[in-house]
Amino acid sequence: MKKVLANKEIDVNEEGYLLDFTQWNKEVGNSLAEECDIVLTPRHWEFIEYIHDKYNKEEPLSIRGIKKSGEFDVKEFYALFPGGPLKKATLIAGIPKPKSCI
Amino acid sequence: MKKLIILGAGTSGTMMANHLVSKLDKKDWNITIVDQYETHYYQPGFLFLPFDIYTTKQVKKKGKKFIPKGVNYVQEKIELILPAENKVTLESGKDLNYDILIVATGTKTAPDETEGMDGPEWYKSIFDFYTYEGAKALRDKLRKWEGGKLVIHITEMPIKCPVAPLEFAFLADSFFKHKGMRDKVDITFVTPLDGAFTKPKATAALHYLLEEKNIKEVTNFNIERVDYENNKIIDYADTEVEYDLLVTVPTNMGDALIERSGMGDDLNYIPTNKATLQSIDNENIFAIGDATNLPASKAGSVAHFEAEILTDNILRYINGEPLKEEFDGHANCFIETGNGKALLIDFNYTHEPVEGTFPFPGVGPLSLLKESRTNHMGKMAFRWIYWNMLIKGIHIPFVSATMTEKGKNYEEAK
Ligand SMILES: Cc1cc2nc3c(=O)[nH]c(=O)nc-3n(C[C@H](O)[C@H](O)[C@H](O)COP(=O)(O)OP(=O)(O)OC[C@H]3O[C@@H](n4cnc5c(N)ncnc54)[C@H](O)[C@@H]3O)c2cc1C
Repeated sequence: MKKVLANKEIDVNEEGYLLDFTQWNKEVGNSLAEECDIVLTPRHWEFIEYIHDKYNKEEPLSIRGIKKSGEFDVKEFYALFPGGPLKKATLIAGIPKPKSCI
Repeated sequence: MKKLIILGAGTSGTMMANHLVSKLDKKDWNITIVDQYETHYYQPGFLFLPFDIYTTKQVKKKGKKFIPKGVNYVQEKIELILPAENKVTLESGKDLNYDILIVATGTKTAPDETEGMDGPEWYKSIFDFYTYEGAKALRDKLRKWEGGKLVIHITEMPIKCPVAPLEFAFLADSFFKHKGMRDKVDITFVTPLDGAFTKPKATAALHYLLEEKNIKEVTNFNIERVDYENNKIIDYADTEVEYDLLVTVPTNMGDALIERSGMGDDLNYIPTNKATLQSIDNENIFAIGDATNLPASKAGSVAHFEAEILTDNILRYINGEPLKEEFDGHANCFIETGNGKALLIDFNYTHEPVEGTFPFPGVGPLSLLKESRTNHMGKMAFRWIYWNMLIKGIHIPFVSATMTEKGKNYEEAK
């Protein structure tokens, strides 16, 4: 599916996740956040950076990883991205929804 | 004389010992396998033990019986792996040197990772069925339980045999029906995932089972703690689920040995090349089964497919040939749905569970993604196959290590 965000045409899947990370930039991130009713604060961006870092290193994202990172608190993560924080944060960060094997 | 050491004599290690003993030249190679326990458990049987479908005798045997002649069997706890020195230290302080190491130490439950889980109510109103002790304690509990809220819960992914908790829910439904007390039991399935079935295709095909059996679902539940004083589990979003009987699958982690040796990820799994099974950090260390970090299911059937490919790659490594990049994450598992029926699913790294027939395209006799009695017979026969063929490394006819697309309606996984 094609979609226009921050004056840019981007490709997303049926759940709204970006199909091509190279199409992502901060403005796109802001627009995606708006659609989730989230206003991004500097703390949100720190989380997004953490997520990108994990993604670039091909390390799986998990609540455990966040807990272990020592930098972030899981409760805070829930408060910043209410209702499914990993799902919302990855959507805004422009990377695929975390997968878990069956 | 060169030395090959296998750590762990569970499903994977035992299979590797049996494969390699006939492939490596006895004049050149000495094979040793180490495990801490005398007993080899048939873990898939832990699903049936709580419901008195299997007896304790059917799920455990002496491990040594399955280790072939020509392989040294050491029963001792492994203390440390020292990759830089090509050496393993045992609990007694004894060192074993190796030229090639295969790590097959599996994964185990870690209830202490969750606050309140293995506290005073552990094995009183809170149980696991992923260990022999847990499954047996739960059996004793279920024999006299009078009903109430039964909550079946997954702490976090990944877990081995990811469908087992759901099978437990289905079997519980049957169990209480047969006891004539289903109306006294309220069954809820609580998962950190989006749904009870994690693959979209399976969800679409199988959700009816939950409705049919009146099993409630709580999804996206990431547990923070067990409030054992007030009988409820609480997640990070402050959602609460009450229970009278909590059957949980605690966090699954690789053995602490891997952490002590500095060889694992967050969950003590060994970073492993997903196509060749060579460890990422050391070219003479290979990993198989539940001990790896592969994005495949942690299941005996997967380990079985891996074993064939790993055997080939060990021989290639010895001969200085490039490794085969062949493992595709192939998994197939039976899903027990209760009332004497089961489903069979078949999938790999890139393909969603498929519909169709197995193992013969278009013929079966097992049907994929559909409930049938034949599939249930297959699941029950698996115990025999496990003890008599699988861990002995005997090729199971018609079942190939990589997935075939013939006779199946498949869809690329996204
Ligand atoms: C309830 C349940 C149901 C299941 N159902 C199915 C099913 O239907 N189908 C299926 O295919 N799979 C199923 N499985 C999964 C299957 O049992 C495992 O995937 C399989 O046993 C993995 O084999 P492994 O050799 O990698 O690990 P394991 O068989 O767990 O072996 C690991 C071995 O390493 C040893 N070890 C670990 N650390 C040390 C140490 N420090 N020192 C010495 N020894 C050590 C352990 O003692 C153990 O013997 C199920 C599992 C469970 C729990």
